Amino acid sequence: MNELWPAIESVLVKYSLITAFALVGLIVWLSYAISERVTRGRMHGSAIAILIGLVLAYIGGASTGGTQGVADFKCLAGIGLMGGAMLRDFAIVATAFGVRLDEFRKTGLSGIISLLVGVLTAFLIGAVVAYAFGYRDAVSMTTIGGGAATYIVGPVTGTALGASSEVIALSVATGLVKSMLVMILTPFVAKWIGLDNPRSALIFGGLLGTTSGVAGGLAATDEKLVPYGAMTATFYTGLGCLAGPSVVYMAIRAVVEM
Amino acid sequence: MAIYGTALLSLCLICGLVAGQLIGLAIGVDANVGGVGIAMLLLIVISGRLQAMGLMAKPTQSGVLFWSSIYIPIVVAMAASQNVRAAFSGGTVAIVAGIAVVIASFAMAPLISRIGRAEASVASLPESSSPGDGE
Repeated sequence: MNELWPAIESVLVKYSLITAFALVGLIVWLSYAISERVTRGRMHGSAIAILIGLVLAYIGGASTGGTQGVADFKCLAGIGLMGGAMLRDFAIVATAFGVRLDEFRKTGLSGIISLLVGVLTAFLIGAVVAYAFGYRDAVSMTTIGGGAATYIVGPVTGTALGASSEVIALSVATGLVKSMLVMILTPFVAKWIGLDNPRSALIFGGLLGTTSGVAGGLAATDEKLVPYGAMTATFYTGLGCLAGPSVVYMAIRAVVEM
Repeated sequence: MAIYGTALLSLCLICGLVAGQLIGLAIGVDANVGGVGIAMLLLIVISGRLQAMGLMAKPTQSGVLFWSSIYIPIVVAMAASQNVRAAFSGGTVAIVAGIAVVIASFAMAPLISRIGRAEASVASLPESSSPGDGE
């Protein structure tokens, strides 16, 4: 027994990406079975799969102390590669194949409005919550506001403004909470917010902006909507990084020092 | 051959990401600005042209479609490699701010949808004939 596991593990580690394909395939199969049998199709199979993924990520993080969820187990490192930015972006672009250009053109203006409103709302709400919890200097408020945009905008803004590492960590955590909530809640609120056509998916992507959250949430709602939401979401982080340390910081500082 | 499709997809992504990086550089932001979005536009435009010219054979298409169909499993792997523990242990500020911003953004989706529609229906008439680059 003592020699058996290292022997198996060495194969799993060496062929990590293949291990990931097998495991993810198993999770997806299980999720669709649960979706059909247990929830009678009321909850989408991919939503359940994403939820299982998040639970596994928590278990992985809690037992290894690492930052990459289940990918911190040596034999499951391939999950990190499979779900990393490289393959994720590759697959997101592939979903645009066969999409008609007109759909984007029609939404041009509201897509831009949704981006601006989305980024500014995130900063505003993040800053207000930060203030309420006692982080009352403009730098901390802007940084946590950036985290409420995405977990990339937060640290980028915080680093540019010279925020404390505690505040930067908080901003990352805020962005992670947002991304996870979007993944989990999107399929449930889709009907209420009219998320059933390319137009609203574009606007949704611009408002929420977290690429992982939007990509996961839309995949769990309706696969066909993914390219539209992902399209606007990819501009969100850039806009946030641009506005955070400049316009937003100056506005917040002006209000705080009044 | 399938590799033609996969190679086309790869080229679009690389070009898009390089463009996004250059945009970031130009505006002084240390992030990739819209790289994936640009790549998507490239793929839509180029594959559309190739299809119209009859150069997108079935096997070539399958080299793209496979990656599009593997998208959800990739998202599942992405979820499984998130730092969920940090999100939970980040403290109340992070959780409250996260919840508040998600609720507010969800609530605004139908509102923006309405504003945009009113303006689009006015603007779309004269604009529909212009060649525009589709943003």
